[in-house]
Amino acid sequence: MILQHSPTLLEVRGLHATVGGTEILKGLDFTVRRGEVHAIMGPNGSGKSTFAKVLAGHTSYQATAGEVLYEGRNLLEMAPEARARAGIFLAFQYPIEIPGVGNSQFLRLAYNTVQAERGKDELDPLEFDDLVREKMKLLEMSPEFLGRSVNEGFSGGEKKRNEILQMALLEPTLAILDETDSGLDIDALRVVSNGVNHLTSKDNAVVLVTHYQRLLNYIVPDYVHVMEGGRIVKTGGKELALELEERGYDWIEAEAKAARAPAEGVST
Amino acid sequence: MSTDVVAARGYLADLLAGQAQPPASAASPTLAWLKALRADATERVGVLRMPTPHDEAWRFTDISALTRKAFHPLRTPTSLQAGDIERFHIDEATMRLVFVDGVHAPHLSSGGVDGVTDGEAIVVGNLATATATHGSTLQAHLGRHAAFHDQPFVALNTAFLHDAAVVIVPRDTGVATPVHLLFIATQPELAAYPRALLVAEPGSAVTLIEDYVALHEGAYFTNSVVELVLGASATVEHVRVQRESGQAFHIASCVVSLAHASRYHSVSVALGARISRVELEVRQAAAAAECSLDGLALIGERQLADTHTLIDHAKPHGVSRQLHKTIVDGAAHAVFSGKVMVRTGAQRTDSAQSSRNLLLSAKALVDTLPQLEIFADDVKCTHGATVGQLDSDEVFYLRSRGLSEAAAKKLLTYAFGAEVIDRIPVASLRRRLEQTVLERTTTRQP
Repeated sequence: MILQHSPTLLEVRGLHATVGGTEILKGLDFTVRRGEVHAIMGPNGSGKSTFAKVLAGHTSYQATAGEVLYEGRNLLEMAPEARARAGIFLAFQYPIEIPGVGNSQFLRLAYNTVQAERGKDELDPLEFDDLVREKMKLLEMSPEFLGRSVNEGFSGGEKKRNEILQMALLEPTLAILDETDSGLDIDALRVVSNGVNHLTSKDNAVVLVTHYQRLLNYIVPDYVHVMEGGRIVKTGGKELALELEERGYDWIEAEAKAARAPAEGVST
Repeated sequence: MSTDVVAARGYLADLLAGQAQPPASAASPTLAWLKALRADATERVGVLRMPTPHDEAWRFTDISALTRKAFHPLRTPTSLQAGDIERFHIDEATMRLVFVDGVHAPHLSSGGVDGVTDGEAIVVGNLATATATHGSTLQAHLGRHAAFHDQPFVALNTAFLHDAAVVIVPRDTGVATPVHLLFIATQPELAAYPRALLVAEPGSAVTLIEDYVALHEGAYFTNSVVELVLGASATVEHVRVQRESGQAFHIASCVVSLAHASRYHSVSVALGARISRVELEVRQAAAAAECSLDGLALIGERQLADTHTLIDHAKPHGVSRQLHKTIVDGAAHAVFSGKVMVRTGAQRTDSAQSSRNLLLSAKALVDTLPQLEIFADDVKCTHGATVGQLDSDEVFYLRSRGLSEAAAKKLLTYAFGAEVIDRIPVASLRRRLEQTVLERTTTRQP
């Protein structure tokens, strides 16, 4: 929801980032206020997932220029765990399997770590079990998933549900969902989307990184951004997603090039 | 011949020196075939020499630290009371055979021990008790599977073969609770020669726990040999736990013979010893046998843990699976050599082997040698090895959920080991070893 006078949660200015020496983000600007749902779309290789990982602090990605302010703090100076504790959550496109670590144990460890940081009570295994089972109902997950190793042998859809379960437990202020819709059938998409919608409020914000418009039928964005060549080149309302679905990305690329051309002409 | 070799040969002779006086407590029956076996082995010990890194099979495993110490056979048995060993009890195991410094301790053993009752009961006893009712079975199998002709340590153990842990499971008998073989070291400077034989007759099923523990932190030498014989369609779960003292030397051999459609699963965990070496050989002597070998070595400081395995597919339709993992910290050194042999005629063999190694420090070292030797043309065999540090994506995943970098790395290290521990089919032992792995992986400095 777009709220009048809502405070800015995230401010990205002129962000450049590299991975393995290759520059992927090339001057990205992006602003999120509390209560808003943003969708970032764009063709493969445009830098969407890189942006998501840079926000979460993946150590393989280096921010080389620009700034990112989260609740007024310099996000780029914060370790990934500090970001998580401060309320940033990344739902992974490819959640990691961790054989040997019980899902329940992992969820409780993450929950208690974040709770402690927020000055709230940690839960013992029994108390936590009650809480997690309640949250699992929201995602129509069988309690059987608590007894298994983290994501091990989970189907694509089960892994994504497990990501949103973590989101439900950690109650982030800024949730970034990286291609959460990929690999989901229509039922799983509905369940996962319901889960996310249930977790949105006027105090938090969601950034959906997605390739397809389909997800946006279920989680309706306030803003749709198009990334191209490591920058956001167009921003619109939810109707932009439908236009992209219909017309593809080529016209945006052409528009972006046209917009860049005079400026580049001046600089050379 | 170099002086080194002479010196090393002298070392074996020194170890043999006490062999003429078997401990009275062994109550060794005077069996002609056993005497002959010991005599043959003693002769081989005289001919063989201590292996050195010049021997192919010992390329990465320098045991010169062993030869710099002197060990003697048991002189004065330690008197232990039940309370002394209570902490080693495994809840599920109602049948337990205890050997103290290599000597059978009937008063510490329990439930079905020495219970050589009638022909249909499971035999869990020592050599003397089992000989009374199963003499021919013993003669047919004891020392017949673990060849010692060119194996100095098997020869040495066999030269000392006065007693053994014996488990015989009769035909079509399923044993509900595990059998626990507990080998306890109580004295420094001692050499002990534990020996065990399991015969699982056709159609039988049993879980065997082979457990090496210590009541002191000194240096001693354990040289064990275990033979496992599976009849047709028999099923054996074998858990091997090596938790010797940090100064111990542990050199062990285990030979498994699989008959038609039998199934063997082992989980071998190496935690202790200054230097340990386990040689595990599984022979699929008949068609359609299956084996699955899981291993974990968790070592640090200056420990060396060596695992040599051979899976020998000699007949068609055999299946083998192997996962061997090491977690190496400090200046420790892990060695894995795993050979899968598929002989001519072993068609339709299905084999997969994986060696995964986690190095936790800059001085930690791993040598891994997965090897496939295939002489049949219609087989499915895979193998692979990885050596490295923790996966950065996995560490990031946990950090993105709020865990500190140190906590994330500890959890992943624990998980790496727990994957093997989780395959132990005895719940209380699994929990205890999970706890051990947790303590070892979380108390270290990040």
